Amino acid sequence: MNAANRATVLELQGVHKLFGDNHVLKGVDLEIASHEVVVVIGASGSGKSTLMRTINLIERVDDGRILLSGDDITDPAVDVDKVRARIGVVFQHFNLFPHMRVIDNVTLAARKVHGIAPDVARDRAIGLLEKFGLGEKVDDYPDRLSGGQQQRVAIVRAIMTDPELLLLDEITSALDPMLVGEVLDLVRDLKAQGSTMLMATHEMSFARSVADRIVFMHSGRPLEVGTPEQIFGDPQQPETREFLARVTHR
Amino acid sequence: MEAWQPSELELDRRLQRRRASRRSVLVALVSTVAFAAVAAWLVVSSPDWESVRNTFFNLEIAKDSFPKILEGLWLNIRVLFFATIVVAVVATLLATMRSLRGPVFFPLRALATGYTDLFRGLPVLIVLYLVGFGIPGLNTEVRIPVAVLGTIAISLCYSAYVAEVLRAGMEAVHPSQRIAARSLGLSHAQTLRMVVIPQALRKVVPALMNDFVSMQKDVGLISVLGAVDAVRAAQIVQQQTYNFTPYVVAGLLFVAMSFPMIRLTDAVSARMAKREQQGGTV
Ligand SMILES: Nc1ncnc2c1ncn2[C@@H]1O[C@H](COP(=O)(O)OP(=O)(O)O)[C@@H](O)[C@H]1O
Ligand SMILES: [Mg+2]
Repeated sequence: MNAANRATVLELQGVHKLFGDNHVLKGVDLEIASHEVVVVIGASGSGKSTLMRTINLIERVDDGRILLSGDDITDPAVDVDKVRARIGVVFQHFNLFPHMRVIDNVTLAARKVHGIAPDVARDRAIGLLEKFGLGEKVDDYPDRLSGGQQQRVAIVRAIMTDPELLLLDEITSALDPMLVGEVLDLVRDLKAQGSTMLMATHEMSFARSVADRIVFMHSGRPLEVGTPEQIFGDPQQPETREFLARVTHR
Repeated sequence: MEAWQPSELELDRRLQRRRASRRSVLVALVSTVAFAAVAAWLVVSSPDWESVRNTFFNLEIAKDSFPKILEGLWLNIRVLFFATIVVAVVATLLATMRSLRGPVFFPLRALATGYTDLFRGLPVLIVLYLVGFGIPGLNTEVRIPVAVLGTIAISLCYSAYVAEVLRAGMEAVHPSQRIAARSLGLSHAQTLRMVVIPQALRKVVPALMNDFVSMQKDVGLISVLGAVDAVRAAQIVQQQTYNFTPYVVAGLLFVAMSFPMIRLTDAVSARMAKREQQGGTV
């Protein structure tokens, strides 16, 4: 994987985040190239979600800078709504709006934020939903869908407007094990299409198979970064080895 | 594939269920009739029944007063109509103001909080007197119709109640929903309008309908300002005839007016409870 001569989509420079006295991110540096899939692993509470939330401007950084395709999105003058519209996000749960049908969930941002004509948005949404096996669910409300279907709809919603970057934060953690596969298959499809992604997950075998690079978060920093072969096959740091031993031998 | 047909077993069960439900309807019917007969007999056989009937259930007076009271009720309905619109707008604004975050909005938040605290505590009657007699006292040049003043007073009070109901609903919407909406690039206002308020409304529909029922009868209070509504029309006849039947007529009309809404509220609450029970994963 040669990321060096591709455009940089995301760049974090010395990002700090504190919650009161809790120093959660202690100077994170990270670069993601176009079409690259980066998977963040690390113990619960190591700051994976916080990292994603700072990128999405839901949490304000306490120091450092974040650049999205070269634009400093941590500049106070930046329009946060415009930035968020360029990034697709899927969380662990409560992604979908329960009072809207699947089709309205998926087309909401396209219509209201990106100003795409409703029928154009609808056609595109139906195309995507059908492609990912959700064609039957177009007019259903979210509570009629299984957890796996809900997460797949949430992913379709996130990619509706071709975001520059996709953030996926433990999107299968709240799911029944039976349903994890269908969601991860969809993520694989997105990778095959060349989406640029940053994702946090506890599914180590999936991380290994889908990631171009793995970031191991520990004590508020990316302690070890490398290809899946390096991280899983030959971890250099004792903390990385300890973490992998804990999550893989259960 | 062969179409499924219910088995003998299932058909028999359905028959049994039908029989059982017919039987319970019959039991309910018989016991209701028996109960009503006993109650009626007790009332009619009491020594004062004759005078009670003359004072409260005088058919002649009821017939005479009915058109005037109905005309008065039309005023109540108009007041209710406009008050409902004003309350919907003002209460939504108040609830939104109270939900604003950040120090910049402190004055707005404080204003909305003060308003709801004040008007939830004030008796409607006092507000009616203050608005109905106080506002005309400020400026004697322009004469505002009393019905309009009454509408204002009712709206002031009910905006506070409804705002609180709406705010409770907005707070019951899971915070992740706001974050999900903002993550899509929706602005704060769009998030409120398209995601938070619609969900909040669904959660508080029964409570709102209750407030509406309660407002339906409280519009009768505008009679204290002299507006010739159903209550005042009844009072006028009562003062001419020294008979209380007009009040009974007006009362029955108010009950009849609120009855559909009361039943609807029950139905909606029951439907929502059922939906909750089925459960959803969102
Ligand atoms: N909104 C918040 N307020 C205060 N502390 C927070 C908040 N969000 C996260 N934290 C803290 O930040 C740390 C990292 O949390 P998080 O990013 O959720 O970790 P992870 O996703 O890796 O499990 C934890 O100690 C957590 O308690
Ligand atoms: Mg997390």
